[in-house]
Amino acid sequence: MIYIFDGSLPGLLTAVFEWFERKPGKVVLKSTGMFQPEAFAESFTVNTDTAKADRVWTGLQKKLSKIWLRKFYCSYLSEIPEAYNHLFHFLVYIFKHATGAEGNYGNEHVIALSKYAKSVEREKHRMEAFIRFQKTGDGLFYAGIDPDFNVLPLISNHFKNRYADQQWVIYDLKRKYGLHYNLDTVSEITISFAEGINKQKPAPGLMDENEALYAALWKDYFKSANIIARKNTKLHVQHVPKRYWKYLTEKIDV
Amino acid sequence: MSDRIREKLNILADAAKYDVSCSSSGGTRKNDNKGLGNSHVSGICHTYTEDGRCVSLLKILLTNHCIYDCLFCVSRKSNDIKRAAFTVDEVVDLTMNFYRRNYIEGLFLSSGIFKNADFTMERLLLVVKKLRLEQNYNGYIHLKTIPGASDELIREAGLYADRMSINLEMPTEAGLKLLAPEKNHADVIKPLDFVQKQITQFSADKKLIKHTPKFVPAGQSTQMVIGATPESDKDIMYTANAFYQNFSLKRVYYSGYVPISNDSRMPVLGTQPPLLRENRLYQTDWLMRFYGFKVQEILNDANPNLDVDIDPKLSWAIRNMQHFPVDINQADYKMILRIPGIGVMSAQKIVQARKFGKLRIDQLKKIGIAYNKAKHFIVCADSPYQLRDYQGTQIKAFILAESKSKYLKTDNNQMILF
Repeated sequence: MIYIFDGSLPGLLTAVFEWFERKPGKVVLKSTGMFQPEAFAESFTVNTDTAKADRVWTGLQKKLSKIWLRKFYCSYLSEIPEAYNHLFHFLVYIFKHATGAEGNYGNEHVIALSKYAKSVEREKHRMEAFIRFQKTGDGLFYAGIDPDFNVLPLISNHFKNRYADQQWVIYDLKRKYGLHYNLDTVSEITISFAEGINKQKPAPGLMDENEALYAALWKDYFKSANIIARKNTKLHVQHVPKRYWKYLTEKIDV
Repeated sequence: MSDRIREKLNILADAAKYDVSCSSSGGTRKNDNKGLGNSHVSGICHTYTEDGRCVSLLKILLTNHCIYDCLFCVSRKSNDIKRAAFTVDEVVDLTMNFYRRNYIEGLFLSSGIFKNADFTMERLLLVVKKLRLEQNYNGYIHLKTIPGASDELIREAGLYADRMSINLEMPTEAGLKLLAPEKNHADVIKPLDFVQKQITQFSADKKLIKHTPKFVPAGQSTQMVIGATPESDKDIMYTANAFYQNFSLKRVYYSGYVPISNDSRMPVLGTQPPLLRENRLYQTDWLMRFYGFKVQEILNDANPNLDVDIDPKLSWAIRNMQHFPVDINQADYKMILRIPGIGVMSAQKIVQARKFGKLRIDQLKKIGIAYNKAKHFIVCADSPYQLRDYQGTQIKAFILAESKSKYLKTDNNQMILF
């Protein structure tokens, strides 16, 4: 039996509700995007229902600690197709057993979630580290990113607390939405970029007059801090994988 | 104007880079004044230099003018290099603008000693006060305590800094005397002890009076240069251990000496910095702090130096085969931590998971242990039955045969076993 859901979190929670309602036996959960009809497998389309989803979420809050609720949410944000099925079976497993079952690292779904969550948390942490703001002419601090996972919801608070006295925008160029902080609250935005604009690094004419100086000072600093006798390219690339270099002021040649 | 500031930054960042502390963790400052910055509990490494070291702080000297002539130091008085000094405002401006762009977690400010200790400490204090009081800056600040500065100045600095540190420089008094005759360990110990007592005092007050201000909330650290003088690993780690215990230090850093002078008392220019040795010392440091090892178990008169070809945990296990194999499904957490190939996270997962049933090899692999190393030291639910007991030396040979050390390419001192 294949369960198909719309890829949303409420959809996934509804799927769990439906399973307990019907008890259809062995099920594989797939999202609409990745579902291809199979000749010998029956399928069932889950209609997302917020009331049902809320009931599952409330129930889950009673069974799991905050740490595990976060692992669950992070795994969902990974957007990895196989993760949905693990999330589904993890929930079924948790609801079927007494509290504390999430400690069973011998269970394949428990260990899968803890690994997905680790990857997503690492990406979140990397965004906190590698985002580089550029100050625009009107005083806004802008950063364009394309993270492996959908981590904007996870980094919002960090940036809001840290940069409380400056307006900023962090824009996910891959998922085409961003966060804007207006000195008071953070809101979700979409930007319609002008044709031909460099979304990662806007033209110098649009920037604050000192932006180029501070970028140059930072590059200088990055070079000066290096000890040539200790050169270790492998370690460097391990810590700063090449796919992030396009974010990094210090790694971009002017 | 911009050329001058760039030149200063190049000189004063270059001079500061041999200080290896990069930690930005342990700060507790919250952005509750709608200012700039808040601490991240675990710290953030914002980038890594091409030598693979993390960059989390803007690490600079206020000046590289110095009245001392310490042989191991690039800023020593007799060294013919360009000198520069930042103004207070320049440091503040750089810090604020780097922080706003998310380049850094904060500022690491050190200085050569110009005129005298108090004069230098006063300048450092001016920078941190301006950041905290005028700029509403709540980011991380690591400040050097200048040995010999007055208690009042050090105490005031501690109210604004997150971490303070003083470098021991050489692991033993004798080593220090050889290269820096004007200095001694007592000059370091006195202010370390003073700051430690203040930290204790402030946290005791905090329990009684809630609005007691923060005082060096991320604690103190120190640094030793490794390989400039002929100390053994035992000398180094026993000193580190004593400082961890006596002054509750958060960290001791080990900095492999990078030759910067042709003086005959030290390794000559062009000598490779002892990176592998440095790595083994850090591993030992971690075993002491997170794995429940006593330093005497790892280094003692029979074993004054760490093995080069294997890590110190494996080395200890091979010397102490009477404790193995350990039953993964029965043993204490403490003993599981001592198994080569199992780290803190895996050990915690094992202890939780085995409540649900006896663990098998495939589960242990999924939990993330280095099974090929650990297998010689454990039994679990489906361990293959072993007919003979292997000697420690044989196990070492097995492990070496199937591992490829990341250092093998550069290290010519590898011994060939057979």
